[in-house]
Amino acid sequence: MAAKLNLKDKYRLLTRDLDWEFSYQNRQDAFPYEEFEGIKITDWSKWEDPFRLTMDAYWKYQAEKEKKLYAIFDAFAQNNAQMNVSDPRYLNAIKIFLTGVTPLEYQAYQGFAHVGRQFGGIGARIACQMQSIDELRHVQTQIHAMSHYNKFFDGFQDWSHMHDRVWYLSVPKSFFEDARSAGPFEFLVAISFSFEYVLTNLLFVPFMSGAAYNGDMATVTFGFSAQSDEARHMTLGLEIIKFLLEQHEDNVPIVQKWIDKWFWRGTRLLAIVAMMMDYMLPNKVMSWQEAWEVYFEEAGGALFKDLARYGIRAPKYAEVIEKEKEHISHQAWWIFYNFGHAAGFHTWIPTDEELDWLSEKYPDTFDKYYRPRWELAKQMAAEGKRFYSSGLPQLCQVCQVPMGFTEMADDPGQISYRSAEYQGERYHMCSDGCRDIFLDEPEKFVQAWLPVHQILQGNCGGSDLEEMLRDYYRMNVGADNMDMVGSPDETRWQKWKGAA
Amino acid sequence: MPVHAITPDYRGEVRDAQARFGGNILVYIGWDEHLLFCSAKTFPLPSAMTFAELKANVLPQGFAQHPDFAHINWDTVQWQLNGRTLQAQDDQTLAELGFDHKSLLRFKTPGLNGWRGTGV
Repeated sequence: MAAKLNLKDKYRLLTRDLDWEFSYQNRQDAFPYEEFEGIKITDWSKWEDPFRLTMDAYWKYQAEKEKKLYAIFDAFAQNNAQMNVSDPRYLNAIKIFLTGVTPLEYQAYQGFAHVGRQFGGIGARIACQMQSIDELRHVQTQIHAMSHYNKFFDGFQDWSHMHDRVWYLSVPKSFFEDARSAGPFEFLVAISFSFEYVLTNLLFVPFMSGAAYNGDMATVTFGFSAQSDEARHMTLGLEIIKFLLEQHEDNVPIVQKWIDKWFWRGTRLLAIVAMMMDYMLPNKVMSWQEAWEVYFEEAGGALFKDLARYGIRAPKYAEVIEKEKEHISHQAWWIFYNFGHAAGFHTWIPTDEELDWLSEKYPDTFDKYYRPRWELAKQMAAEGKRFYSSGLPQLCQVCQVPMGFTEMADDPGQISYRSAEYQGERYHMCSDGCRDIFLDEPEKFVQAWLPVHQILQGNCGGSDLEEMLRDYYRMNVGADNMDMVGSPDETRWQKWKGAA
Repeated sequence: MPVHAITPDYRGEVRDAQARFGGNILVYIGWDEHLLFCSAKTFPLPSAMTFAELKANVLPQGFAQHPDFAHINWDTVQWQLNGRTLQAQDDQTLAELGFDHKSLLRFKTPGLNGWRGTGV
């Protein structure tokens, strides 16, 4: 009988030893994606494996987590724990999560599976393959956690179809498609470093605390189960950055450009999380601004201090980003309030207590710029004319968010309009950050599938909005969309609680 | 390099070229200091449309929901097309006024600065 391997040997055999020398094929032909981005790798053996896990240990560890997770889901369902959520308004954040975030986990799975084939270094390949499996597991656990709510609330029925078609879901969808259609090194800087290492903490820590505060133990449980994987993923994000910067000095400006691009894109994507924190959690945990200061400014600030020795500076437009933390959640929720008739979840006017909480948390901006919007909305609703904006918004060519962001430098009451011409065609962007991204790769972004333009080209079916929502988006019109007030979700909840 | 692609000389498909909009051009219209509307709006318009028609038909469609709209004095409105001041006569067409595909028209209504003067 063979002697049992010690851990170190097992690790070596099950990771680094899985590679082989190419004796009759050209190595460049085997890894064709490795050079076109301009990144120079001189020695893959310098890669330090971030996970330090062998596949057998990984299976065992994940299986144990899975067993606990599904036991909690079962208990949740058997105890009718959907009745323990703070308020049915809360579930609308979970509808966004299922349609906007869960499909990104799937895109991450696909992206890491792809780069897990394309890197020439075995250590990087193994790490990406493991992360790919993690991401697939996150998709499954999220679907299972949220499927229980589909029995009781509207808007959960067709999330993956909606992700591919619904106008606001093109924001997260196009974010990941941009990363996945880049080369393998940009993909890792975008997703593992910018997104996982710095930005997803804001989704998986404060938002999950919000789920706990609002009685949603299903979401908290998958959130914390996923977070232990996220911690591993962050070490991959840091390793790729250090590895690229140590391999060759020519990599530094390329990496810096990717950091600038993906941090900016990340702030745009996280506007949705910002509004979930400030507006969609009936029981508040902390404001978006507070979360941003803890998880981005403090944690990210320390990180960029560390990276300064490689010649890396903080992301471009950091001064704009710093100001936006006091505005972005209000602007995002206002966009959805404007187009609540075309959203797959409910929107509402904050209660008076919530408006006061926002004034207290945002003393420099809320009363001046945002409270008047809600006062006018209240007045219109009281007159029986709940405001749904007519027509279709102008979208940013890069982030695809309706152009509702404003000038941070001198006039936060003025929409920020930017544009660029490329080969005789005009393109519009919401910010200098998005404009820079466009100008660096116009041939990529001229292809953007902008939902508003697609509707106007007649590519989304329907001769009117209702037909499009029903047939092309597959929403249950009148149930999934419109205001929370008067919705079937609200009516059912009141009946269950004996309040109607 | 207009794109960093593995395919040499990769060219993207221009997905929103004018030819795809059935003879119309796209015009984005935004009303400054009226953030009841979260953003400018997108309209497909024939470039033979006159400025008078734009004011009479398109702008109410987009902006009449605001309580200020009914009080606009059209003689004092300040227009800006693609970043430049626009002086327009009612009988001029959009083409004559220099509107082209994906133009941005902004307008300001002095004295009407949003709900209770708040820019909303």
